[in-house]
Amino acid sequence: MKRRQPARGVLFIAAGLVASSCGGRQSAVDAAGIQAERLESLWWIFFWVTAVVYVVVMVLLIVAFFRNKRSNEEERPDTIPDPTRENRATRIVGGAVAITVITLFVLMITSFRAGRAVNSLGEKPPDLSIKVTGHQWWWEVEYQDEGNPSNNVTTANELHVPIGRTVKIMLQSNDVIHSLWMPNLHGKKDLVPIYPTTFYFEADKPGNYWGQCAEFCGYEHAKMRIAITAESPEDFQTWLNAGRRTPPPPSDGTVESRGRDIFLQSVCAQCHTVSGTNAAGRVGPNLTHIAARPYIAAGSLQNTGENLEAWITDPQHIKPGVYMPMNQYSDDDLLALTAYLKSLK
Amino acid sequence: MKTDVKTIVLASFFIASGLIIACEREERGFRVKTPDSNRINSKEVTTFQAGETAPTPVIQNQYEDNALALSQGKQLFSQMNCVGCHAHGGGAIGPPLMDDKWIYGSQPEQIFATIVEGRPNGMPSFRNKLPDYQVWQLTAYVRSMSGQAPKDAAPGRDDDMQMKTPENSTHTQKPKNAAIPKSAEAPQ
Amino acid sequence: MTKEELEQKQSSDITPEVIGSERAILERTWDNGKGFYAWLTDCNHKSVGIRYIVTAFIFFVMSGSLAVTMRTQLMGPENRILGPDMYNQFFTTHGTSMMFLFAVPVMLGMGVYLVPLMIGTREIAFPRMNLYSYYLFLFAGILLFVALILNIGPDAGWFAYVPLSGPEFGIGKRVDVWSQVVSITEISALAVAVNIVVTIFKQRAPGMSLSRMPLYVWSMLVTAFMIIFAMPAVMLSSTLLSMDRLSKVSTHFFNAAEGGDPLLWQHLFWFFGHPEVYIIFLPATGFVSMIIATFARRRTFGYTALVMSAIATAFIGFGVWVHHMFATPLPQLGQSIFTASSMLIVIPNGVQIFCWVTTLWLGKWNIKAPLVWIFGFFGIFVLGGLTGVMLASVPLDTQLHDTFFVVAHFHYVLIGGGIFPLFGAIYYWFPKMTGRMLNNTAGVVNAVLMFIGFNMVFFPMHILGLDGMPRRVYTYATETGWGNLNMLATIGAYVMAIAAIVFVVNVVYSFLRGPIAGDNPWGADTLEWSVSSPPPTYNYQYIPEIEGPNALWDMTKDHAVVTGLHLYSRELLHTTIHDASPEKRHQTHGPSIFPLLTAIITAGGFITFMFTPWSVPTAMFLSAVCLFGWFWSNSTQHRPPFASIKDNLIYDDGGVPREVAI
Repeated sequence: MKRRQPARGVLFIAAGLVASSCGGRQSAVDAAGIQAERLESLWWIFFWVTAVVYVVVMVLLIVAFFRNKRSNEEERPDTIPDPTRENRATRIVGGAVAITVITLFVLMITSFRAGRAVNSLGEKPPDLSIKVTGHQWWWEVEYQDEGNPSNNVTTANELHVPIGRTVKIMLQSNDVIHSLWMPNLHGKKDLVPIYPTTFYFEADKPGNYWGQCAEFCGYEHAKMRIAITAESPEDFQTWLNAGRRTPPPPSDGTVESRGRDIFLQSVCAQCHTVSGTNAAGRVGPNLTHIAARPYIAAGSLQNTGENLEAWITDPQHIKPGVYMPMNQYSDDDLLALTAYLKSLK
Repeated sequence: MKTDVKTIVLASFFIASGLIIACEREERGFRVKTPDSNRINSKEVTTFQAGETAPTPVIQNQYEDNALALSQGKQLFSQMNCVGCHAHGGGAIGPPLMDDKWIYGSQPEQIFATIVEGRPNGMPSFRNKLPDYQVWQLTAYVRSMSGQAPKDAAPGRDDDMQMKTPENSTHTQKPKNAAIPKSAEAPQ
Repeated sequence: MTKEELEQKQSSDITPEVIGSERAILERTWDNGKGFYAWLTDCNHKSVGIRYIVTAFIFFVMSGSLAVTMRTQLMGPENRILGPDMYNQFFTTHGTSMMFLFAVPVMLGMGVYLVPLMIGTREIAFPRMNLYSYYLFLFAGILLFVALILNIGPDAGWFAYVPLSGPEFGIGKRVDVWSQVVSITEISALAVAVNIVVTIFKQRAPGMSLSRMPLYVWSMLVTAFMIIFAMPAVMLSSTLLSMDRLSKVSTHFFNAAEGGDPLLWQHLFWFFGHPEVYIIFLPATGFVSMIIATFARRRTFGYTALVMSAIATAFIGFGVWVHHMFATPLPQLGQSIFTASSMLIVIPNGVQIFCWVTTLWLGKWNIKAPLVWIFGFFGIFVLGGLTGVMLASVPLDTQLHDTFFVVAHFHYVLIGGGIFPLFGAIYYWFPKMTGRMLNNTAGVVNAVLMFIGFNMVFFPMHILGLDGMPRRVYTYATETGWGNLNMLATIGAYVMAIAAIVFVVNVVYSFLRGPIAGDNPWGADTLEWSVSSPPPTYNYQYIPEIEGPNALWDMTKDHAVVTGLHLYSRELLHTTIHDASPEKRHQTHGPSIFPLLTAIITAGGFITFMFTPWSVPTAMFLSAVCLFGWFWSNSTQHRPPFASIKDNLIYDDGGVPREVAI
């Protein structure tokens, strides 16, 4: 068709753009685990089959465009079509329909088999259980140790997993429907209030990946991200053990200890928990090991002192609508507070 | 075809007027400056001032009609554990908040002062524990528990077990005492 | 009298003078008057149809502007043109207005205009209800956009999942506005659907049996039935939501703690939501069939297959709704059944595509603007349908659901499958509706620009979705690398906007100054092309008898017509459902103010329902008063003057004329 020629130039540009955004730390076609690999293979099967179908239909139309005789409004229409041609056309269309049915059936079976494969990971007991609770607009993550609940580690907006081990994620929601999606590792699953659910995955490639909320949940749905670190089992255990430790209190007289006092005596302790202190608020994320996290504000900001200060004073500028209030501190107080937070490794 | 523009212009008057009143309610003020709470002063022990008597400022709660503030206030009511003493308005250790009896006054600035200053016999002070605008949100919500917030702005039922009539359905309980109650008066 | 004698007598009675004088009387009887009051009360199906189409396009432009603004916000990472609150209102209003205020009403408006003409009748079955449904639609649209301007625009998404849209998290009256817009438009659509079904079943021209109906009429019939079964589900869900939120009602339908269920909302909504998209798509398939037949100069190949496909799509379309819920915690086996049904529905769509491609292959092409739009339809819709096959698979959907991939998919099928044929249909029927031709070159430019712009916007979204970008995000981080493709999409949006401007300019200019169109500028087959452009108010002075499957192409010079319908009252012919043999005469209704009054009461009732449940009994009482007036006017209907018996002879199926009493 004539108008397809200008589209060719666009295709070149598009190919370049595609190459620049394919793969990456939040990509469904860059699998880092067995579940995502199964889904990625399924994607490519469907892609190639449907691409072939599309090309065939378009080629037919393009060929028809070029070989067809033209006519105009006055020309007598064909009211009694030639029966031979009609019958042949009927047989061809019938054949095409049959091919369609078979293709769809094959795709359907492939889909069922992939679904069964994905679910099969849940058949044996997992190596690790993690409970994820969705809040408006952050992720509460709790590593559970069934034998010994005092070994539970509560963190927020980050997930560390050992590679090669089966991880069970248990999902529930605190308020509205969210959806946990880690494209490199697994498909998404909705966190629906009163419908706790689970899925299983296994990370095979070490690295840092992103997850993001994939069900519209209010003002800051766009900035509800979760940072996933897949690492060797040893590194993972180191991280988990660090998480189980209560951070030591800062020595008296230091700027960190003044920061801790500010933390406990002002607004912060109303909503946040820091183990080992009296701060036991459960409204906002657990801050016990905040200094060890690469990002704050559910993946919106890198965890630097400057960003911490900006976030504490004016979270509404960074994430308008979030439930953390704006706070006014003097410069010294703010420095002390951030120093204290940075000491919570 | 031009007549259709007429329809639209004409009929828009039907709807627009009714909804004009909605502006206040639907404000989503995320970054706000609330009335300066320093000017609230119910611990005045005398009205005698040196020089000209300055009029007592009347502090309005800008959030009275605001649906977002009332909803945030309701969240804060649970999150700050007001329910621990006041239950969901019915009262337990603390006095009920959904009735018409107000020990320390029912006006917004009086409720604000109660929350910020604390009160004898167990009401903690939230000074510096909550930013002022959140206390104003709580104030607005507390008033809504006795039906004193506009019904179209007050929150609806929770997605939770029904603990009481939702605030948008509560009958208005006009406070018994209009003036500052004796208990809130400055000691002589 | 034998049949031949009767025909002989009737044709000799009908001389050119008689035709002329009868036409003059008919014009007077069917005249709806001039002036503002006449315009408010005009129930004629063509006038209501055109109002529907124009109003829907105005909402299309408004909603499209919202989309262009959203695309501008997403042009680069961390943009601050729209904050989250405005963005949420924008995308919700965009979705709601496109689905409820543009896509369905424009298809229904085209149906309201074309169906009576195509089946050879003078008026739609219930003209006043038709006008009532238009006013409801208009008021709902005004409600939505005025609400947006006043900062009460709905902000929970066009499908408003609870608990986000529930009383606890859906703050203020925004979601209530959404509920009422949905309720009002659904009543409007239901009214039109009933109108269309009755018109098609009872008012076809004699000889137009069901198997000789134009394919467009079939698609409107199937669509109307779908509306009747699907709309009540969404009315129910929006009403239940309103009741949950409303003061003094405060029900718990979606409150799990008190026995409700948040997933109930999703089931109820999508049970409507999926048939909704077929409600938009099926009339478009009718357009495609009509345009291809005319511009390939032959009857559409596979008439029976196409009819069966439309019916199959309608039935299966009610059995696929859970594919919108594949990410929710529903049992796997249940979800897999919906994979099967979602793939099954591809088969009738495939049959349709194959039949059309075959028609094009076998025909001789007259390449004009409408056909170019149909080429665009093929290029875009087929791709959209194929991405739909991908989404039908449960495991694959867990990666694609709620991402920009889905946004791409549904825009491909809705715009490619619905809007491209719609534009083609506008270019095709504009001469009939207005009497002037749209500029053909501008039409081709319009189609090409729209095609290019559309693909620039939505093709990159497939890649963005696979690359992790979820939908309904007001911004994204720089490090995600999504900026380049988003920029391309935004540029494409501007190209689409330019294409839309070309369209509007073409329409306005041609309306005022376009070349005059004859009765049948395209040499087309259906009945509407046998009357003047634009048609007279009464459509057909003499209703033609249909002699074959091609209404006009098979029509002989001395074909039979129905004569003897009354001149002094608005009368039309009712025929039987199956083979359209004449059955009786029917007096239809003229202009009335009651549709407007009743629509005001209905819309007002829904709007006040946002604030108090007392609006229900009040509105019911006031509606009853209006309906009193509405039906009272039946008794003051024009009664025909006494006419001699020979005027009342109607040609009967069995070949024997019957004398019909008045």
